[in-house]
Amino acid sequence: MPLLNTLPDYVLTTKTDELINWMRKSSIWYMLFGLACCAIELMHTGGPRADIERFGATPRASARQSDLMIVARTLTLKMALRTRLLYDQMPDPKYVISMGSCSNCGGLFQLAYSVCDGVDKILPVDVYVPGCPPRPEALTEGLLKLQEKIMNERWLTRANGKPAATVEA
Amino acid sequence: MDVLATYQRVKGQFGDKVLEINEKAHDPFAVVEPSAIVEICRFLRDDPETAMNCLSSEIGVDYKDRIEVVYELYSYPKRFGVTLKVKLPRDNPVVATMETVWSSANWMEREIFDLIGVTFEGHSDLRRILMPEDWPGHPQRKDFVEPMEYHGISTVRESPIIRLEAKK
Repeated sequence: MPLLNTLPDYVLTTKTDELINWMRKSSIWYMLFGLACCAIELMHTGGPRADIERFGATPRASARQSDLMIVARTLTLKMALRTRLLYDQMPDPKYVISMGSCSNCGGLFQLAYSVCDGVDKILPVDVYVPGCPPRPEALTEGLLKLQEKIMNERWLTRANGKPAATVEA
Repeated sequence: MDVLATYQRVKGQFGDKVLEINEKAHDPFAVVEPSAIVEICRFLRDDPETAMNCLSSEIGVDYKDRIEVVYELYSYPKRFGVTLKVKLPRDNPVVATMETVWSSANWMEREIFDLIGVTFEGHSDLRRILMPEDWPGHPQRKDFVEPMEYHGISTVRESPIIRLEAKK
């Protein structure tokens, strides 16, 4: 006899992993961290039209309270060291979205002497959002992709000392 | 008073400290002795006929055989501007700071020091302004070679186009 039919209506059943992941994906707090012009699109994304706050993503002013770092545009070598420092201050689990051509691969400024061509040289990146700059819809799509990725994480397996099996979204 | 008359006036005042007056260039300019540039600028600022009260920009240029510092002066009361240049040796470019005449020269001289490597004598705070403190060399020099890595971050990236061509 299935378990579901024995329980009263107000009890829901789920898997622990899914519950943890569901809670985690519904409160991705991102750090206020704009480097150049993509930061304007990042502000739009948090604004009333795209409104990623409906997915639980709200800006935090401190790296120590954030789950997500959105690297918005041109990363200079001088800033790269500071970015790494900020990333190290974020508590686990932490995610990185690389927003725009410049942080994906250097973009227009790839051959410039002062530019770190690609944020993936210093941080592990979860989602790349292409565009110069990406529209708010594109960044919202990137956040949804990240939520899919979070839903596929297996935390209990990791706690048992086995490698976490992450299914690629 | 117009631009060319200003150069003649400076020539009359300072004589052979003015090395060259180029009237045929699109923007006429005067090349002056590096040791006299501060005096000349102070004269142009204080003279009521010219009243150059603004240093609109200060630029460093690398010409491979020499380094030039270009001073763009502008007079708001008289509504015209002049261009002065000094030529410096490439191996040790040193010129006196313009900060004593216009304090706005502070950051512009820091930028020239950072990117071209001109030393400004008497500058109050001659540090790098754009590049990191531990950056090797001056990146706007023609012979600057970009380092392969900076603090373990490699500065080259494989082009995805090359990777696509290899697959064919």
